[in-house]
This record gives sequence, structure tokens and C-alpha cells, in this order.
Amino acid sequence: MRPRISAGIWIILALIVLFAVAALLAPWVSPHDPLRQSLLLRLRPPGSATASAGVFPLGTDDLGRDLLSRILYGARASFAVAILSVSVSLVVGTLLGLVAGWFRGWTATLIMRFVDAMLSVPAILLAVLTVAVLGPSFVTLILVLGFTRWPRYTRVAYASTLQVAALPFIAAAEMSGAGSGRILLRHVLPNIAGPLLVVATSEFGLMILFEAGLSFLGLGIQPPAPSWGSIMSAGRQYVERAWWLTVFPGLGLFTLVVCVNVLGDWLRDRLDPRSAGR
Amino acid sequence: MGRYIAGRLAQAAIATFIVITIVFFVMRLSGDPTLLLVPEGANAAQIAELRHALGFDRPLPVQYLGYLNDLAHFDLGQSLVQRAPVWLIVQSRIPYTVALAAGALVFALVTGIPAGIAMAVWRGGITERLLSAVVLAGQSLPTFWSGILLILLFGVSLRWLPTSGADGPASLVMPSVVLGALAMSTFARMTRISVLEELGRDYVTAARARGLSMGAAVMRHVLRNAAIPVLTVVALEVGNLLAGAVIVETVFTWPGIGQLAMQSIFARDFLVVQAIVLFVSVVYIALNLLTDLAYSAVDPRIRGMA
Amino acid sequence: MLLAPAPFVPALFAPALAVHDLNLLIDGAAVVDGVDFAVASGEVMALVGESGCGKSLTAHAIMRLLPDAVRQGRGRIELDGENLSALSERQMRRVRGRRISMIFQEPQAALDPLSTVGAQVAEATGLPRSQAREAVLRMLAEVGISDPARRIDQYPFELSGGMCQRVMIASALIARPAVLIADEPTTALDVTIQAQILDLLRRLAVERGTAIVLITHDMGVVADIADRVAVMYAGRIAETGDTAAIFAAPRHPYTALLLAALPRLTDVPRSRLAVIEGRVPAPAEFPPGCRFAGRCPLADDHCRAEVPPLRDVGSGHLSACWHSEAVR
Ligand SMILES: Nc1ncnc2c1ncn2[C@@H]1O[C@H](COP(=O)(O)OP(=O)(O)OP(=O)(O)O)[C@@H](O)[C@H]1O
Ligand code: SF4
Ligand SMILES: [Mg+2]
Repeated sequence: MRPRISAGIWIILALIVLFAVAALLAPWVSPHDPLRQSLLLRLRPPGSATASAGVFPLGTDDLGRDLLSRILYGARASFAVAILSVSVSLVVGTLLGLVAGWFRGWTATLIMRFVDAMLSVPAILLAVLTVAVLGPSFVTLILVLGFTRWPRYTRVAYASTLQVAALPFIAAAEMSGAGSGRILLRHVLPNIAGPLLVVATSEFGLMILFEAGLSFLGLGIQPPAPSWGSIMSAGRQYVERAWWLTVFPGLGLFTLVVCVNVLGDWLRDRLDPRSAGR
Repeated sequence: MGRYIAGRLAQAAIATFIVITIVFFVMRLSGDPTLLLVPEGANAAQIAELRHALGFDRPLPVQYLGYLNDLAHFDLGQSLVQRAPVWLIVQSRIPYTVALAAGALVFALVTGIPAGIAMAVWRGGITERLLSAVVLAGQSLPTFWSGILLILLFGVSLRWLPTSGADGPASLVMPSVVLGALAMSTFARMTRISVLEELGRDYVTAARARGLSMGAAVMRHVLRNAAIPVLTVVALEVGNLLAGAVIVETVFTWPGIGQLAMQSIFARDFLVVQAIVLFVSVVYIALNLLTDLAYSAVDPRIRGMA
Repeated sequence: MLLAPAPFVPALFAPALAVHDLNLLIDGAAVVDGVDFAVASGEVMALVGESGCGKSLTAHAIMRLLPDAVRQGRGRIELDGENLSALSERQMRRVRGRRISMIFQEPQAALDPLSTVGAQVAEATGLPRSQAREAVLRMLAEVGISDPARRIDQYPFELSGGMCQRVMIASALIARPAVLIADEPTTALDVTIQAQILDLLRRLAVERGTAIVLITHDMGVVADIADRVAVMYAGRIAETGDTAAIFAAPRHPYTALLLAALPRLTDVPRSRLAVIEGRVPAPAEFPPGCRFAGRCPLADDHCRAEVPPLRDVGSGHLSACWHSEAVR
């Protein structure tokens, strides 16, 4: 791993940070209250200004709410869901992978067979079913995404643990009387962090897409709370009259996901040169 | 080879069994599945009656065995909303989703594979850069956004294609492209890697040393070898296409099982949703099984192990 | 029916293939530096050297099939007096397989696993497969493949390594090229098969008048079949000349050490060249003077500072050593 980072990657990182900061600071940087409706100000095009309410840089939605403010708050939802659901699945998946890779034998068979089966249910469908059963809410969304997406981490953690566990320094640690848990957390985990980070990055982009997709279907963040998916879902009915309702949130979503994907590919090439480009 | 097939069959059976079990428990996550099935506005007595009628008042293991038994008899239950067998309802929508998935698959294959080959053969040049940008876009585009943008462009502004519904092949164009974009990227990436890997092998140098042009060496030798790993992801992608159809069918109001799933959720017709999830998962497992078996039939090295 | 080895001359006036001052660069480092040699029709010339000294790259450069990472700097490659470096890729394509061909170290890897043996041999003829079939069958028989009518439709995995190498030789020679480059053709094969393949190559050189460049790191193989040798070290020619002359009196310390490590009965156990102490320097760490200086018992400051040129040490025997007279 050479420390040199190309200019392109700096730009990508800067964009991701920009999105994150905008999401974090949404309450302070939003020009308007994202929930304030005004039937007089419905479907105003970008750049509209009124004497009483001020400027709407990206226009207003069908209920007269400021689109820019809703997008900024929507970014919060995207980041919150992606960070939390990735954390849940990362922890669950890694733990299972570590256990399977360390104890091998029937424990591994059991866990990995389950992983295979989980991977053969298309995740978005399982998520749709689960959200529908539990009823949509922020917490449901995170739990559902967290608990349907862990198998990829388990596969990677399992394969990496098998490799690391065969290294001499692990045997040395065992010899010195360290327990399994301690060895796994202290010695194995740091050595398998790289590939897990690569998976987590690509999953992060996917979770942002899933959140938006589920919200678009009405199964994610519930209106009136803003989410990129639900803004677009509402905007779809007005697509002929108010293109900005679909174009801007989608552009934000697309840009963010492109950045995360580029970062993910770059990390993979860095951490695992053999799979470069994959 | 017989042992290989038997092993692979057993693996698929286990996966199917686990999927069925997962769905059983997911349906009971909220505690009482009866509540998912009652029509809106039912009173407590009606709910209790229904609970008993559906057997949800029995102990969980008994319910589970009953559920397995029903599935074994291919009985997916009755829709209380539509008052019809669930399977009939789902069945009527399958052809639409199959057509959509097939359209998307064709689009993804005919664009993704040549793109991947071009990226590998003309690596390091402008072609590779341009195509990687397309691949990255395909991989990062939310289908509900690209779908709406296409509708706006080709349906509303240019009026070249119908914006929604299913009349005729023209209706299939936009949804197929939108749904297939991600698979296109996956095929392009896989093909690129696979071709690159094959291009580095001695047999390619040897073929060129016999006077074959790069193009001829690629056509005659590289592609066939590179196809094998790509073929294995095709099945996976078909599964993803079926799942992705949920969003794309909603955007284009395409009457397939994805749209049915969403309609059924909002109509609280959960047995239909359950049936769709089971159906797609089983198709996915079966496709994977078939590819593995087909793969072993195509490759003379494996064929020879009979 | 081996001919008595002719006295050394042919390469000087009628070289089938001549390489002049070949320079190959990886990341700016000259991994092959100023390599010169020539081979005449009917002659077997061995290119010998330790692993990584640039033998295969030299071969690929002759075919103009260098890997992406390698760039050709100076250098001129002549086939029957024609400058190959000046040909377009399209013209070069007609040279490959027809006028120069190449066989590889691992015959199984050099054959496409998904094409039949016959299809691959036929390719070199440039004819449609059906028309080439007769010729392919004859060629397969000529390289000693029994039951060619059955073998022709088999896949490489159905054949042994030795058989695959015979197939490669058939595909390389079917268009009757003037030059054959054999890159370690026997390294991956077991000893008895090795001897058979070497015999076959020798016979083809004599009967068909093919000029053969035989790349090897096995001095035993050199002694067996080469008329002449070029010893390479770290991308340069260290010594070159008549096999008999060099085996009798090497004039470069590297060759001398290689031969000293070889059992007297040149035939018996083959020795790998890794018996000399020390390691070949990596391209990035090539010293400014003689590249062998780090391992040479005779090295002095002059050696370390200045590159020794290839000098004639007697009747076409050349050595790149400042102290060639001191070599025993
Ligand atoms: N494709 C490549 N990319 C980068 N470096 C290469 C490539 N091929 C060869 N090299 C480097 O060039 C040098 C010469 O390699 P070459 O293959 O010619 O050696 P060789 O003499 O044939 O060795 P061997 O006996 O192992 O076949 C080595 O240092 C090798 O690492
Ligand atoms: S030039 Fe010097 S270092 Fe090089 S081989 Fe001759 S004696 Fe050894
Ligand atoms: Mg070599």
C-alpha cells in the first residue's frame, strides 16, 4: 500500500465529505423548514422567489415545500440509514464469519450453508416482505437492511479468517495461552479488516440505493419526513410539470453513489491488488 | 460427474429448505400473522375466527409443519382479498415479469459483454475509459430515477415510446434498458476481468505466434474460455433482475409480479407477497443449479470426468 | 543420422535469424541490454542463462509479442536479411508461424483447453480446417504422434505433456518456417520425454534445415544438441561461441562456474544453474559496470565501473569480460 492518492480520489473524497457535511448541518444550512407547506407556493420552478417567503433555489414540491431543504434533510436520512444498517450487518456478518473460520467443522458448515441460502433470496425482496410485515419505520428499515445484508461480510470474514488462522503468529498466540475470543478480536480481526472495509464500502453505496428504493416504494422513510426516494416518488406524478422534483434528488443520489462506488473500487485495488478492477 | 450432480442437487435442496423457513419466520415477525391478512376494518371476533380458520392459533411447530406440508403440495393458500388461489393470481403475472427480465437480460448481454471485451482488448486507452464511465453509471443509477428520466425524455418530450403499461413490444424497451443497466455493468466487469485473465495465458501468445491476429485469437480462443466465469454470473443476475422488477414495474406500471407484490402489500394481501418471494427465490436457486450443471456439460475437461 | 558437427562458420555468412543490439525496457530499466546473436539454417543455437535473465523476453521480442509492460528500445531483428522491426503488424502476422514460430515451456498451457488439437495445428497453415486436415495428420505423424487420426480430434487435456509438446512442435513447423524458437521446451517434461523431444528437434533441424534457437537453463541440454551457445547473464550476453569450444575452454567466469557445477559426464544428472553463490541483481539494482561483478571471483574496481564489451577471444568465440584471459 503506497501512500500516494491520486487527484481523482481526492475529488471523490471531497464530494463524499461535502454530502456528509451537508447532511449533518442540514438544520443550519437549509434555507427553509423542509416540512412547511404552502398551497400558494406549489410546484414553483428552481430559482423562484417571493417577497414573503424568500428564494427557493431548487423550486418547491407539490405541497409548496422547499426542495433544497428537503434534499438536504433527505441526505441525513440516507446517511443515517446507510451508516446504521452497514454497522449492523458488518458486526453480525463479521462475528459469524470469525466464528465459522475459527472453529471450522460443523459450526462453519452450518453458518456457511445458511449464508448460501440467505444469498439466494434476493435481498430487496426479502426486505420488502419484512418491512411490509413489520410496518415501515426508520428502525424497521435499519434492522431489515442490517439483517438481510450480513451474509456478504460473513463470506469474506470466513475466507480471510481461514487464511489468517493458518499463519504462525496465531499459533504463537494460542501457545501463549490466549483464549479464542481474545485471539479473534486482537489478532485475527485487525488482519481481516481490509477486505471487510472493501465490502462495507460497496454495501454503503448499495444501502443508500436501497433506502431510496424502499422509500420510493413507500416502504422506507415515511412522509412527511423527507427522503430522496419519497421526494422522487411524489415527484413522479408531476414529472411533466415539475421535472426538478425528480431530477435534483436523483442527481444527488446518483452522484453520491458514484463517488462511493469509485472509492470502493479504489480501496479494493489498493488492498487486494490481485482482484484489481473487479 | 454423477457425484458432482448429486452434491449440487443436495445443496440446492438445502438452500430451498432454508429459504422456505426464513420466509415462514419473517411472516411471523410481527407476532400475529392474522393481522396481516384480515381485510381492513375487521372486528375482534372476525379476527379470532380467521386466526382459527388459518391455524395461526396452533403452536408454532405445528404451524410450521402444516406450512411445509402445504408447500409440498404446491398449495400457496387462498387470497382473502381477491378470493382466489394465490398461485393463480401470481401465475397470471409471471409472463409479464419473464418478458421484462428477458428483455433486460438481452439488453445487458448484448451491451455488457462486448463492452467488457473491448475494455480488455483495448485496455489503457480512451475506449476503456469511456466504457468504464458507462459501467460505473450503470452500476450507480437508481432504476426509479433513470426510469423516470427516460420516460421524461422518450415518452413525454420525444413521444417515441409509451410511458407506461404493457401494450406491445415498444412498451418493453424502456423498462428493459432501465432494469438491465445494472446487469450490463456486472457483465461488462466480469467479462473484462475474465478476458484480461485469458489474454495473459500462454495459449494466446502461442496462437498469435502461429500468425493469428489479436482479433482472431480473441474470437477463436479467448472468448470461449472467458465465457465460462461470465456464464456463472448470468444466473445470479437473472435473480437480481426478478427482484429489481419490483421497482421498475412500479415506475412503468408494468403488470408483472413486482407490481403485484407492491399492490398486494398495500392491499394487505400478504400470502401473495409471500408466494412471490418464495417463487423468485426458488427460481434463483434453480437457475444457479442449472448453470452449474450446464457449465459442467460445456467444459470438455469436466465432461471428460464422467 | 546425426551429421558430424560442422566447423563453426555458417552463422557468420548466412544467418537465417540475426538479432542486433536488442534492448528491452521495463519501467526504464534495460532488462535486456545489447543482445546480439545469429543462427544459421540447420543450426541449433542455445540461449542459456539463469531464471529471469531475459531469455523469454528476447524470444518474445523476436516474435514481436512482448507483454504490455515491456518496451523495445534499440535493436534490429533480421530474418533472412529482412528487417522485421520495420514491418507493419499486418506484415508481421504473415511472418509469425510461416517464417518464424515458437514453442513454449508448458505445452499444456500453450494450447487452448477448449479447442481440439487438430484445430490448433491447422491454424498455422492459414487454410480452412477441412483443407488442412491431411497436412495436419501428416505433420502429427512426423512429430511422432501415434494414431494421429484419433489424436487430431482430441482436446489437450486428453494428451500427456510430452504429447502436447509434440502437438506444439507440429503446429510450429507445419508451415515450414525457417526459424523455430523453442523456449525451454523440455523443462516441464520428465527426463525420458525430454530426450525424445530434444532428438526430435535435432532431427528437424538437420532434415528440414530449420534454424533453431533453443532457450534453456540446462547446460546438459546444451551439450546434447546445441551447435553454438550464447550465455546470458542479467540481460546481456556474457559469452558466445561454438559449443565444443566453450565447453572445452570457457572464457567468461560465469560460464566457467556454470560448467564447473556440471557433472563431468555431461549427460547424467542435469544441474540447474542456481548453483553459483549469490543472486542475480534485480533490474532496478543493476550495477553500472559488469552485471556479474557482485558474484564474480575475479571482479575488481575496473569491472565494477565499466561495462565489459563482447570481444573476440578466438575464432568467433566472444566473451564480455575484462579478465577473459584469467578464466580457467
Ligand atoms: N510481463 C512482464 N511484466 C513485467 N516484467 C516482466 C514480464 N515478463 C518478464 N518480466 C521480467 O523481465 C525479466 C526477464 O524475464 P524473462 O521471462 O525473459 O526471463 P527468463 O530468462 O525467460 O527466465 P525463466 O528461466 O524463468 O523463464 C525478469 O526480471 C522478469 O521479472
Ligand atoms: S568483467 Fe570482471 S566482474 Fe565481469 S565477469 Fe569479468 S572478471 Fe568478472
Ligand atoms: Mg522464460
